[in-house]
Amino acid sequence: MAVRERLSGNEAVAYAIKQINPDVMPAFPITPSTEIPQYVANYIANGEIDTEFIPVESEHSAMSATVGASAAGARALTATSSCGLALMWEELYVAASNRLPIVLALVNRALSGPININADHSDSMGARDSGWIQIYAESNQEVYDNFLQAFLIAEHKDVMLPVMICQDGFITSHGVENILLVEDDQVKEFVGEREPEHYLLNPNETLAVGPYAVSSYYMETKRGQREAMINARKVILEVADRFQAMTGRQYGFFEAYRLEDADYAVVIIGSAAGTCKAAIEQIRNTTGKKVGLLKIRVFRPFPEEEIAAALAHVKAVAILDRSEMFSATSGPLGAEVRAALYQAKGTAETVNYFYGLGGRDITVEDFCQVYENLEKIATEHKVTDMYEYIGLRTK
Amino acid sequence: MENTVEIRWHGRGGQGAKTAALLLADVAFKGGKYVQGFPEYGPERMGAPITAYNRISAEPVTVHSNIYDPDYVVVVDDGLLESTDVTHGLKETGAIIINTEKEKEALLPLLHGYRGEVYTLDAKAISMQALGKNYPNSPMLAAVVAVSGVMEQEEFLKEMLDSFRHKFAKKPEVIDGNMKALELTFAEITKAKKGGVNP
Repeated sequence: MAVRERLSGNEAVAYAIKQINPDVMPAFPITPSTEIPQYVANYIANGEIDTEFIPVESEHSAMSATVGASAAGARALTATSSCGLALMWEELYVAASNRLPIVLALVNRALSGPININADHSDSMGARDSGWIQIYAESNQEVYDNFLQAFLIAEHKDVMLPVMICQDGFITSHGVENILLVEDDQVKEFVGEREPEHYLLNPNETLAVGPYAVSSYYMETKRGQREAMINARKVILEVADRFQAMTGRQYGFFEAYRLEDADYAVVIIGSAAGTCKAAIEQIRNTTGKKVGLLKIRVFRPFPEEEIAAALAHVKAVAILDRSEMFSATSGPLGAEVRAALYQAKGTAETVNYFYGLGGRDITVEDFCQVYENLEKIATEHKVTDMYEYIGLRTK
Repeated sequence: MENTVEIRWHGRGGQGAKTAALLLADVAFKGGKYVQGFPEYGPERMGAPITAYNRISAEPVTVHSNIYDPDYVVVVDDGLLESTDVTHGLKETGAIIINTEKEKEALLPLLHGYRGEVYTLDAKAISMQALGKNYPNSPMLAAVVAVSGVMEQEEFLKEMLDSFRHKFAKKPEVIDGNMKALELTFAEITKAKKGGVNP
């Protein structure tokens, strides 16, 4: 029986960690992810779990200690946001290239500067090339569900990659919503224990982790990481199937919401997808116009072919980015979705929007405007700008 | 969305507007509703104006934006009326509830011509009378429940008693006082509705 609860996104992730009872959690506090290690530390202090908590002196050390613990054979994780992730940069690559099945609870927040504590995706999008699997959530329910699936994906022998479980800072991390929790013993059975194949604390096998690789080895290591990312596609779906069997809740690479018959589609990541859904219902109910949504759940590996196929019938697509990459053309999601459509010889007109930077709000009315613009673009077959802004003040 | 009640809270950092919004989400959740309770963070400091929000519905709520056209507005600190247009976007079919020691008439000129119902409540006086201490959250929570009707008053009292028993397990002597504050508030709002003093 599912447990009906109301929790914030941070509480939901901390609760998932409690249910998983991992071996080691090094962490350093940073808004808005601070509550996660705080709640976990409480669980440990109360004797509810026996995770080894390491209060470190920086995020650089947090990820270093997580790398060390994971290489030793432990199920290890940490949590961070924004500049904390930036300070982990070096170790993110070390974790991925050493094929360590670490899980990171990332609460998305804008990168400085100007300094800002609110949600956007510039932290995780900046780390998109680090070799981590990235899974995003619309709601507290989703970030909880994603977290329960994370270690199973990371530790699969065909994957062995670190996983970043992302949620939008404050919007879901500090917002309380209804949630269905899985019972403790079911989680325990679902996640099992890590059974490492090679690990530093194995006295019967000598092992080096992270040695120097000369030019004649480095490239093959990268090829290996790529292979693991390709394998992750299958494993992510297998784990989602098992999760569905347990909870009834279905997950894939993305959610296609009223997309099947849609003429106009939005592609988006994160909490704003829920606001978009409300706009879709409103438009369909009042005008009958066929509008839909493709909400990315898995950004790394990038489900290119599946996205192109899901958008094949659509007349016009708006791709919404919650981070800049200063290419002076698209944002990161815009560029990759456009590449996917081009490769599949897609015929949809595309427009890329920037929204929500540094926590700028996006409303149901904003989405209605986007769909109106899509209709115009599809009718006139003319995209005036490769990218536009939502909610940008002009004075 | 049309079946969703949207509430906006105005207070100052440290006054408990966020806590009150989370408490309302909590109690409505226990009453079987789908809820959202969330703060909007600006620069965080004690005394700075802060906003918190609630959505309460019989159906799941997916919207993750702030609330711009609330059904109800609750003002925890009447000093905000001078600097903030707390009625902005407030539906005229709804109401505003202001915690104040002043007469309602003195505040009306600060409400930007708002034409819906206006309720004032001296939450401090109620709290002092019931508890002997100034905890305005419980009265404000009761006031918003009484005015909005997001849940039945009896159900609200039952859920609050449960949560006070849990929260104050180690100091049960304050439970009665907190419950008394809720009941006094209900009486005040009922009187205001009937007597035409408020709205």
